[in-house]
Amino acid sequence: MLSFENIHTHYGKIEALHGISLNVNEGEIVTLIGANGAGKTTLLMTLCGDPRASSGKVMFRGEDITHKPTADIMRSGIAVVPEGRRIFPGLTVTENLHMGGFFTPKEDFYKTLDYVFELFPRLKERQSQRGGTMSGGEQQMLAIGRALMSHPKLLLLDEPSLGLAPIIINQIFDTISQLREEGMTIFLVEQNANQALKLADRGYVLENGKVVMEDTGANLLVNEDVRKAYLGG
Amino acid sequence: MLEVTLYFLQQLINGITIGSTYALIAIGYTMVYGIIGMINFAHGEVYMIGTYIAFMAITGLAMLGIDFLPIVFAVALISSMLVSSTFGLAIERVAYRPLRGGNRLIPLISAIGMSFFLQNYVRISQGARDIAMPSVVTGGWNFGPEDGFQASVSYMQIIIFVVTVISMTALTLFINRSRLGRACRATAQDLKMAGLLGINTNNVIAATFVIGAALAAVAGTLLGMYYGVANAYIGFIAGLKAFTAAVLGGIGSLPGAMLGGLILGIAESMTAAYFSTEYKDVVSFGLLVLILLFKPTGILGKPEVEKI
Repeated sequence: MLSFENIHTHYGKIEALHGISLNVNEGEIVTLIGANGAGKTTLLMTLCGDPRASSGKVMFRGEDITHKPTADIMRSGIAVVPEGRRIFPGLTVTENLHMGGFFTPKEDFYKTLDYVFELFPRLKERQSQRGGTMSGGEQQMLAIGRALMSHPKLLLLDEPSLGLAPIIINQIFDTISQLREEGMTIFLVEQNANQALKLADRGYVLENGKVVMEDTGANLLVNEDVRKAYLGG
Repeated sequence: MLEVTLYFLQQLINGITIGSTYALIAIGYTMVYGIIGMINFAHGEVYMIGTYIAFMAITGLAMLGIDFLPIVFAVALISSMLVSSTFGLAIERVAYRPLRGGNRLIPLISAIGMSFFLQNYVRISQGARDIAMPSVVTGGWNFGPEDGFQASVSYMQIIIFVVTVISMTALTLFINRSRLGRACRATAQDLKMAGLLGINTNNVIAATFVIGAALAAVAGTLLGMYYGVANAYIGFIAGLKAFTAAVLGGIGSLPGAMLGGLILGIAESMTAAYFSTEYKDVVSFGLLVLILLFKPTGILGKPEVEKI
């Protein structure tokens, strides 16, 4: 469904990604783990076209999207829950969801809204509250809900567990597995390697802008090197 | 006592009249600032062009022998808004879009260049002399004693006030209720995220320039009809005043721009009446200095509540 072919990405003159190849099949949860600064977010954002790959190819559903404008990429069935959630602080919960479903046809829109409220009853309770005044966990739910509003084929999650209490993290991961059961393809970038690998079908390990390992989630979870580097021995 | 009250009332009316047009122009500054964090220094010129187009429309209709006021006013207003919006769009395309993402100082300079260009373009194409137009709307209401000081509200002042209120209400509804308005607010809050939701942020930015220009054209039409004279340089001081109003109210805030415009207009007319006309600019820019010293975010501009 999604594949990166030998992607190089630069920030100015500095090369952040040194030729990454990676693929995500339909219906899978694929996770990308790695330390701070390994290039996880850069890879995800390269997919969205900001920053752009300096060489290589990004293919999505058989189409080369490497050079498409960001807005077009994001309308072609991809939705992102970005690092730090980036909900619109001055917009209410409903308005934030409206922005997520900006291009969803009206008749689908309210159905999807009900679906998101069912998934996160908390959001329904807080419909008219401003996004910026909510707790981190609620903001994360809102960010996921907003992404779901566009009926994505592929959901990109960038560190959804960052800065959240363990109980909320569990809840978020439960939601992710529920989404998979409903047939969503998920590309999950995480530092929380333990939980991400337990959930994922396959995983990639990123180090200094290179994929150093690739295997099923279960295998990576028991791999010596991965355990040492990311799971605390 | 009555005379003193009436005199004060008169100044208040004059102040509100001027203030509402400052507010209309200030919207353009505040919206563009809200979305790209930059001041559109060519915005005053859009107002000036709005005045010229209104003059042309009114003169043109007069030559055709049409003097039915609602038609004259509507044609002047709409043509002025259309042409000015095109200029607003062009300013964004030429002076801002190609330079986006670079050093923030550069678009500022290109906007000032744009401002000079537009001033001189109008000066060369329309002549350097003041253009004048007879009043289209005359008359008004006087109240007060027959033999003493009478306060008056001219019909033109009422039109200015009413049209401003309608424009502001329309804008507020548009921003708060419509789909594009919501996209404007979202883009102002997080440009990158709006792009990640598939919004074409370039178009949203262009839309704010167009909306601001259209409102400046409303102000240009109204003030042009009120004063009856214009030249290619009226945009400079009007732009500066409106910018002051936007900062006074809190730049980036729409209600702030409205409030700032009114405060500035009233402060000016009070100074002119009770002190000296020469000092009214001193007072308005003094007000700017004071607000920047003591409340740099402006009266209504406050940092957004945000948990991290």
